[in-house]
Amino acid sequence: MESERVRQNTDPPVPFAPDAIIAGFKAIPDLLARDAALAARGRWLDVDCLLGPSTQPFYVAIRAGQIVDITPVPVLMRSWRFAYRATPAAFAAYWQAMPPAGWHDLLALTKRGQATLEGDLHPFMAHLQYFKDLLALPRQNGFGGAL
Amino acid sequence: MSGFIEPIVGRYVHVEIDGEINRIYFEENGTGIPLVCLHTAGSDARQWRHLLADEEFTKNFRVIAFDMPWHGKSNPPDSQYGSEYRLTTASYTVTIRAVCNALKLERPVVMGCSIGGRIVLNLAIEHAREFRALIGLESADFQQPWYDTTWLNRPDVHGGEVCAALVSGLIAPDGPEAARNETLWGYKQGGPGIFKGDLYFYRVDRDLRGRTGSIDVRECPLYLLTGEYDFSCTPEDTLRTAAGIPGAKATVMERLGHFPMSENPEQFRRYIAPVLQDILDKQSS
Repeated sequence: MESERVRQNTDPPVPFAPDAIIAGFKAIPDLLARDAALAARGRWLDVDCLLGPSTQPFYVAIRAGQIVDITPVPVLMRSWRFAYRATPAAFAAYWQAMPPAGWHDLLALTKRGQATLEGDLHPFMAHLQYFKDLLALPRQNGFGGAL
Repeated sequence: MSGFIEPIVGRYVHVEIDGEINRIYFEENGTGIPLVCLHTAGSDARQWRHLLADEEFTKNFRVIAFDMPWHGKSNPPDSQYGSEYRLTTASYTVTIRAVCNALKLERPVVMGCSIGGRIVLNLAIEHAREFRALIGLESADFQQPWYDTTWLNRPDVHGGEVCAALVSGLIAPDGPEAARNETLWGYKQGGPGIFKGDLYFYRVDRDLRGRTGSIDVRECPLYLLTGEYDFSCTPEDTLRTAAGIPGAKATVMERLGHFPMSENPEQFRRYIAPVLQDILDKQSS
């Protein structure tokens, strides 16, 4: 076999500050409110879910595609339909302007064991592109040097 | 430029597959060595339009891309409406050989992507003498599943939307936006259950582990190229496969994902041009 190029993956792929990941996630509701096209794509979506860094996830209430409430875990006996949680390293990489290969998609992160997807997955799968774009909003708004 | 007519020509060829005539849609352009292109699961031959229109490649290659039955403009066989579509290693192999025979192609080159990349390995195992060279894009003997395919065809999830959303992550992030959208549009237009049925070949039927070692590249050269952003068929999957095939050539393509020919045609051209030149050089030597 003749191989012209081999790329090795390294973990974590980019340096990050844990507080910056939390701040980046907290900024998502405002970024969504300014993204009319994304909110419109989620117009049929009402769900209470658990999203965010595995070290500090958030209860996220979505109504008609807009985030109407975001509250850090834990809240006594609060329920959710599904959870997508990723390591802070995974979000730091996912939010880069040019994410490293294998760290560039929510399901790439689950495949590599950097994220978990749990619960009733129907709302997530029925609105999959919405959630991919929602959780990528910090990428398009300067987190990874995109602006 | 308004009024520009592309040189690609589309026609239908009647092909007998498993005793039934299928009306297969194909597009072609160019003269020379036949180069048959196989689309990915759940999409159709429009993925190859940039290669089909390439002025340089079509000087020496008759580039042909066909829609598999049930895909694009190739309808399901008349007798199969209402049945569950399931592609298998055997049915895929029969279909490709039947199309090549119906078009009277003499030892064509076959280039396939994704499931097409997997099946060229089977062509190399079972029918190498019929082909001048084989090119597998996003090709491996096996790759680890990363989602449950039952989500692809159920009444409470829009099939086109979920198919496109799933594969959207397989496209490299910095490619041209229009090419990305066009690639996903093909997935949004697939028939119900067709992507899932194609993946039956990929996931359920069987994989090719333990069989690729019998490939003899002296009989038919084999080229494997995989995009670095493909996390479905990863570069490691392709390199592992190539490592078990003496003489196979493997290349990892930068800034490309699972759909190199459609997601970023210019970047893909940089990698496929030397492969096609190598095939030409072997032809003339």
